[in-house]
Amino acid sequence: MNPKPMAAIAGIGWTEYSRKSGRTVEALALEACWNAINDAGLDAADIDGLVSYSLGDSVTTAVIATDLALPQLNHFADFAAGGNMACGAVLQAAMAVATGQASHVLVYRALNGASGVRYGGAEFSRLLAEHGVHSDSEPQFLDTAGITMPAQHFALLCRRHMIKHGTTNRDLAAVAMTCRQHAIDNPRAMMRKPMTESDYDKSPWIAEPFHVVDCCLQSDGACALLITSPERARDLAKPPVSILAGILGASPSNRGAMWGNFSPDHAECYGRYLGDRLFRQAGIERADLSFAQIYDCFTYSVIGQMEGFGLIEPGEAGDFFRSGHGSIGGRLPINTAGGLLSEAYIHGLNHVVEATSQLRGEAGKRQIRDAELGLVTAGGATSTGSALILGR
Amino acid sequence: MQHATLPHPVPTPLSQPFWDGCRRRQITLQRCDDCGRFRFYPCEACPYCRSRDCTWTEIDARGTVYSWIIVRRSVDAVWQARAPYIAGIIELDIQKGLLIPAIVIDCPVDSVRAGMPVEVTFEQTDASTVVPRWRPVS
Repeated sequence: MNPKPMAAIAGIGWTEYSRKSGRTVEALALEACWNAINDAGLDAADIDGLVSYSLGDSVTTAVIATDLALPQLNHFADFAAGGNMACGAVLQAAMAVATGQASHVLVYRALNGASGVRYGGAEFSRLLAEHGVHSDSEPQFLDTAGITMPAQHFALLCRRHMIKHGTTNRDLAAVAMTCRQHAIDNPRAMMRKPMTESDYDKSPWIAEPFHVVDCCLQSDGACALLITSPERARDLAKPPVSILAGILGASPSNRGAMWGNFSPDHAECYGRYLGDRLFRQAGIERADLSFAQIYDCFTYSVIGQMEGFGLIEPGEAGDFFRSGHGSIGGRLPINTAGGLLSEAYIHGLNHVVEATSQLRGEAGKRQIRDAELGLVTAGGATSTGSALILGR
Repeated sequence: MQHATLPHPVPTPLSQPFWDGCRRRQITLQRCDDCGRFRFYPCEACPYCRSRDCTWTEIDARGTVYSWIIVRRSVDAVWQARAPYIAGIIELDIQKGLLIPAIVIDCPVDSVRAGMPVEVTFEQTDASTVVPRWRPVS
């Protein structure tokens, strides 16, 4: 039997996802937050908690608290973190609600990730260093070894997986094509043109084994979620979505940010250590899941995390996706909105929004029938990450 | 070549001995005084036994290719000028699981393989900077 949920998602909001918003990050954050407040049928004055995460490319909770003229801010957290915090930020809000720190907490992520600070570029090393994600000893070794872009870090993980498990570019293509297929039915998605295997092959190499289409989009936009108690959520405008379990953690000795240099294997995923506890806390089996939204900064990240969380055996991913098991209507639909690869890169928080839409039955043409339980993960299949199990 | 504009390491007290070693054309790593294991990246404590005592030790810098990529497009102009190049991770022979990020040179980009034996060489990238490179053992 499921345990009592620690909290509930009562509202979701998002902005247009684009390559050039022409607006401030503050305006994007505020629009997403207001949309979540309105979706829940609440007043801004009800909000007493704010949580966000960024690498200095967003606006702090103090800015949003002021723009919403909150009477009182009982709880806030501004994490300096990458996408590994997307589910962790929601978990933080849920813990704040569950422990009585705050009653209605907004979680948001806003960025001009295409027209402003771009994570895909060489600036990434600087961002990690300046915001303390790297210790001071690591960037100097990576920068001087020509490893400066996220695609390069993750391609190194992917190659290691290829060496160990025989994964191929065909398998990566199957992930990219599945995400794209789902985006076609998502009006929010930035990439809605179908992708064939030949399209995949024709995409330029960037850091072999990655083509450009193995990498997520860069996007301007924001999304937000409103977290409150399960009891309170029942009285609000939309069907509540329960937060049944969450994790925010890491493999042992995860110093090194982009790979666990001290882990038993550098391509080992955090999910291997934390997955069992997540499912146990939710009181469910992996087979009970209706869908999974897997953080897909890169195609490989989907494979690494599905294995790490025990959804598939190592090396099975290609067949899983080619057989349609990850498609809508399949055994375990993956990234039903198109994910970061084809919907937008709102640093993973858009995966939590999509999971909520699915569990409410609001996903339109991409709706999974009788969706009851969903997994959302956040992390690139490195040594650190977070995840949630949500239920109807 | 674009050596003058390649990124400089910015050493800290923790990493300075590594870069000093490079200027002597040596790979120098921390070795734990208690459990005897080497470690990389530099750390203020041994990640295997928690000891805070270590000695910087010159090693026989040979290893094998543990993972690699072929960088074909970089948004970083200085690296784009070098593309395509092989960036990788070397597992050092002196200790299983001891990994170091690397550029592999003197090797056609399409012929690098997992487990390929490599040894260190050094490149002087400006007047005061020497960085390690790795090349196939001939």
